[in-house]
Amino acid sequence: MEVPDQPLSVATFEDLAVPLFDQLYNFARWMTQDPTEAEDLVQETYAKALRGFSTFKPGTNFRAWMFRILRNSFLNSRAGLKTTVPLEEEDEEGISSSEPTPERALIAQADRETVQRALEELSLPFREILLLCEVEEMSYEEISQALGIPIGTVMSRLSRARKALRMRLVTQFEGVRDVV
Amino acid sequence: MSCNTWRNKLDAYADGELSSAEATELGTHLRHCSDCSAMALQNVQTKRSVAMAGKRYVPSAEFRARVLRSATPSSRREGRWAWRILLAPVAALVILSVAVGLYVAREKTTRDGVYGELADMHVSTLASANRVDVVSTDRHTVKPWFEGKLPFSFNLPELQGTEFTLIGGRVTYLGQTPGAQLIYQLRKHEISVFIFQDRSESRVVSSAPVQEFSFNVENWTNDGLRYYVIGDVGTADIEALSNLLRNAR
Repeated sequence: MEVPDQPLSVATFEDLAVPLFDQLYNFARWMTQDPTEAEDLVQETYAKALRGFSTFKPGTNFRAWMFRILRNSFLNSRAGLKTTVPLEEEDEEGISSSEPTPERALIAQADRETVQRALEELSLPFREILLLCEVEEMSYEEISQALGIPIGTVMSRLSRARKALRMRLVTQFEGVRDVV
Repeated sequence: MSCNTWRNKLDAYADGELSSAEATELGTHLRHCSDCSAMALQNVQTKRSVAMAGKRYVPSAEFRARVLRSATPSSRREGRWAWRILLAPVAALVILSVAVGLYVAREKTTRDGVYGELADMHVSTLASANRVDVVSTDRHTVKPWFEGKLPFSFNLPELQGTEFTLIGGRVTYLGQTPGAQLIYQLRKHEISVFIFQDRSESRVVSSAPVQEFSFNVENWTNDGLRYYVIGDVGTADIEALSNLLRNAR
């Protein structure tokens, strides 16, 4: 969503921000895991974005700008401060990302609820990057702007997030198998 | 290039982030390497699973309206009216323009009124415990149910191979005229399709998807019937369902 290089107005803000409402709410719910906190977060995001719209640079990506406001607001909130996890601790070993295995085939077929549970269990940095890439279908460049990290970090974090998700899915499948 | 080198690029390939030269080269490799192509397929399937699972939460209509009201200062609307007042004397000099302007304004007012009523009907149906009077995903059950209840008949599309699911239907009224309301589901969203007899005095002009009250709406006429498709999904989804309905046999 590149915004043409032209003067910004309240009308422009409304035209750009309204279509993002559902996406921002969905993202906020995944971040907060709580409906009330998600609503507060989206409301705060819109209020901040409207107030700071004059600082938005025309010609840059508005969607990434909005997601960045939402994410920063969350990280500065009480809930956000509690959920920050050092990425290094989250590196997963186990399913290799470069080998075809029966587990990979099983994971690819996982049902919606299984994937949702696995996403919920992921640490915040992994969950958010997967949501931005797969759900919001953002490019690496957009993700880099939304998260404020270099593209190289986007690629490596995405790779580790996918690996972590596969691990969670395998754990869930093994749990089911043990019960059966 | 070895399989291991290619496998490190499979994620970027599925994400559409390889250069076109690299993507072409990798595509050629995948056609000849069953292991790599199996992994590429699994990556795409996993991406798709996450995309579907991740679209999970939908804001309430009340919350959406509350936030968007506060993010839409009244100054904007006042500004629009101020411009109209300023432009009015100029427009008065060109009678044809005034006539056209009045017609468009009237049509828009009528359309806004109709869309407002449809949005209310859509929301109140979704909020109701008994959303539909005929509950069925089978168009061959839903369509005959309306026989004898409406003074017209219509066709419903085959949905196999699409993301849409028919939930059911009910009889509804718009401007004292009976019509059909059909509810379709797309992912977690529900979309209403309204079908009424097209009356020339309704003055609603067909339009591609437009946004009204945070809903997307598309309407058209066909065989003396007017169709409205309304929901909080994106315009592409509204258009996709509209096209299915247009081509229903």
